[in-house]
Amino acid sequence: MGNGILVVAEHDGSNFKKTAYELLAKAKALAGGAPVSALVMGRSDAGDLGEYGAATVYTADGDVFAHYTPGAYVKALQAAVSAADPAVVLAPASAEAKDAFPRLAARLGVGYATEVTELRVDGGAVVGRRPQYGGKAFSDVHVSSSVALFTVRPNSFPAGVATGGSSNVVALSLDLQPGDVKTTVVDSEEPSGDVVDLTEADRIVSGGRAVKSKEGFDTIIRTLAASIGASPGASRAAVDAGYAPHSEQVGQTGKVVNPTLYIACGISGAIQHLAGMRTSKVIVSINKDPEAPIFALTTYGIVGDIFEVCPLLTEAFTAALA
Amino acid sequence: MKIGVLLKQVPSSDEQIKIADPSAGIATGDIKWTINPYDEYAVEEALRLKDAKKASSVVVYTVGGKAVEQRIRDALAMGADGAVRLDDPAFEGSDCLGISRILSAALKADDVSLVMAGKQAIDGDNAQVPMMVAELLDWACVGVVSKLEIGDGSLKAWRASGGGVQDVVEANLPAVITADKGLNEPRYASLRGIMMAKRKKILVKGAADLGLDGATVGAGAAHVVEDAWSLPPARPAGRILEGDNAQRVQELVRALHEEAKII
Ligand SMILES: Cc1cc2nc3c(=O)[nH]c(=O)nc-3n(C[C@H](O)[C@H](O)[C@H](O)COP(=O)(O)OP(=O)(O)OC[C@H]3O[C@@H](n4cnc5c(N)ncnc54)[C@H](O)[C@@H]3O)c2cc1C
Ligand SMILES: Cc1cc2nc3c(=O)[nH]c(=O)nc-3n(C[C@H](O)[C@H](O)[C@H](O)COP(=O)(O)OP(=O)(O)OC[C@H]3O[C@@H](n4cnc5c(N)ncnc54)[C@H](O)[C@@H]3O)c2cc1C
Repeated sequence: MGNGILVVAEHDGSNFKKTAYELLAKAKALAGGAPVSALVMGRSDAGDLGEYGAATVYTADGDVFAHYTPGAYVKALQAAVSAADPAVVLAPASAEAKDAFPRLAARLGVGYATEVTELRVDGGAVVGRRPQYGGKAFSDVHVSSSVALFTVRPNSFPAGVATGGSSNVVALSLDLQPGDVKTTVVDSEEPSGDVVDLTEADRIVSGGRAVKSKEGFDTIIRTLAASIGASPGASRAAVDAGYAPHSEQVGQTGKVVNPTLYIACGISGAIQHLAGMRTSKVIVSINKDPEAPIFALTTYGIVGDIFEVCPLLTEAFTAALA
Repeated sequence: MKIGVLLKQVPSSDEQIKIADPSAGIATGDIKWTINPYDEYAVEEALRLKDAKKASSVVVYTVGGKAVEQRIRDALAMGADGAVRLDDPAFEGSDCLGISRILSAALKADDVSLVMAGKQAIDGDNAQVPMMVAELLDWACVGVVSKLEIGDGSLKAWRASGGGVQDVVEANLPAVITADKGLNEPRYASLRGIMMAKRKKILVKGAADLGLDGATVGAGAAHVVEDAWSLPPARPAGRILEGDNAQRVQELVRALHEEAKII
C-alpha cells in the first residue's frame, strides 16, 4: 500500500486504551510492510506504542487537549495526515473520533466509513465491512479517496503482542487560530466508579424489565456485573422505567456493544435490543420464559428466575475468580 | 431566529430487514417507514424553543424523493412551520459528504442560525451528516446532546463523551446540535396539527436552485461506495443448561471457563 496506515491511539490519561493495540495489530497486518504510524493527542510521549508496531508516533499536546473539542482534534488529525501522508487512517469508534472524523472528511474532501467491524486488503485497497440498520444487515464499504478514513468498533480485532522495537516521536505543531476551536467545555462530570464504557467493554451484564425496580437492578445486575468486572447494561424497558440511566441502554437506540461475554438477565430479546448486542462473542441468557426470542441468539441459556439464578451466579463467579 | 431541522425517513425499528440484491441493498418493498427516532427529538426540541419564543420559525430539511413527503407531513403536523425537500437526479448515489453538501447549500440560502439533527440515522448508522454540515458551514457542532439551553447568540449543551463522561459545552450560534435520547419526549401530533399540516407548503429544490455544481454531489462525487450486502452471519447453535439452579450455574461457570475460555 502507498503510504501506509496512521492509527489514532487513545489513552485514558495514563494508559493507552485496548483499542490502540487492536488497531496497531490490524494496521501492521494490513500494511504488509508499508509504514505504520500513530497519532497521540493530549500527551507528548509514545509510551509502548513502538513495541506494538508504530514506527513513528505523532504527538499533539497542550492545554487545549484537557477536554475533547472537535476543533483541536481535527486540527491534530489534519497535521498528522499531512505529516504521515497515509493511505488509510484508523481510529476507534469512540465518541470523540465519531464526532471528529466527519469534520475531517469534509475538510479534506475525502471518504469516511463509520464503525467497521472488519477490514481486509482487496486489490491493493483496504476494504471495510460495517453493520447497518442497527446490525440487521452488513455491507462492504469501499473508500476511493487518496486517504481513506475508518473508525473501527472496539473489540473487533485482537490486541497485538509486544515484539520489541521503538518509535520515532514527532511533536506536531498545530498553529491553532482563533475560530479553530468553536466549543468550550465548561464542566465535565466523570462517571462514578471505574466501570468501562459499554462500547469498549469486554464483559457486560444487562438487566431488563424483569428486575422490577432500581433496587432490583442494583442488587441483581450491578452485583453480578461487579463479580466479573463487567459493565452493567440495560434494556430500554428497564431504562424507561427508571431502573438504570439511559447511558446504560443497549440496542438500536442505545449503545451498540461488542463484548466477548454478554449476560442478558430478564430481557426478552426484542429486535431493537438484539440490534445492539448481536455481535457479542458469547451470549448467556437467563429468562423464565423458554420461548423468549433472546434464546435464539444464546450460547448458554438458563430457563429460570433471575432473582434466584443471578445471586447464585454471583457467588459462583466470585468463588471461581478467588 | 430560524431553526432548521434535518430529517430523514428510516425503516421502523421493529422491521425485519431482508436483502433484495446483494450489490444494491435491502428490500424496501413492504417496509413501514418512520421519521428517524433521533430526528423526532430534534423536531421536538426545535418546537420547544419556538414555544419558548427563542425561535421565530422551524423549517424541516430533507434530501429525498417524493415518498418522504409523508414523513415531512408528520413533522409539520407536530408543529413545524415549513419544509424544504431537496431532490434532483444529480443527487442520486450521494455519499454522506454529498448529502451534506446539498443540505449545507440549502441551509446557507435560508439564513438558518441553529440546526437540529439526529445523532445518527438508524438505517445507515453513519453518524456523519450533521458534523459534515457544520464543517462545510464553518459552524460549531455539539453532538449526542441530552440537554440544551439557548441563550442570546450562544448555547450550552450537555453531551456524552467517551468513557461515560458527561461534558457541558458552550458555543456561539450559528451551530449544529445532534439529539440523543433523553433530550425530550416528542409530542404526538394533534388532530388540528394534522389538518393544518395539509395546508403547509413543502418547497422542492434541486441543484440549480441551490447554485450547487452537480459534479460535487451524486454518484460521480461519492468516495464511499457500499456493496456485498448480507444479513448478519448466523450464530452457532446454543445450549440450554439442565438440572437445578445450583447445577446449572456450576455448569455455566465451567463452560465459560473450559469451553469458551473467557472466565
Ligand atoms: C423506536 C424504538 C427503539 C427501541 N430501541 C431499543 C433499544 O435501543 N434497546 C432496547 O432494549 N429496546 C429498545 N426498544 C424497545 C423494545 O422494543 C422492547 O420493548 C424492549 O427491549 C423490552 O425490554 P425487556 O426485554 O427488558 O422487557 P420485556 O420485553 O417485557 O421482557 C422481559 C423479559 O423478562 C422475562 N422475565 C420476567 N420476569 C422474570 C424473572 N423473574 N426471571 C427471569 N426472567 C423474567 C420475561 O419472560 C421477558 O422475556 C425500542 C423500541 C422502539 C419502538
Ligand atoms: C437521494 C439519496 C440518494 C442516495 N443514494 C445512495 C446510493 O446510491 N448508494 C448508497 O449507498 N447510499 C445512498 N444514499 C444513502 C446516503 O448515502 C445516506 O443516507 C447518507 O450518507 C446519510 O447517512 P445516514 O443515513 O447513515 O445518516 P447519518 O449521518 O447517520 O444521519 C445523522 C443525521 O443527519 C441528518 N440526515 C441524514 N441524512 C439526511 C437526509 N437525507 N436528509 C436530511 N437530513 C439527513 C438527520 O438528522 C440524521 O439523524 C442516498 C440517500 C439519499 C437521500
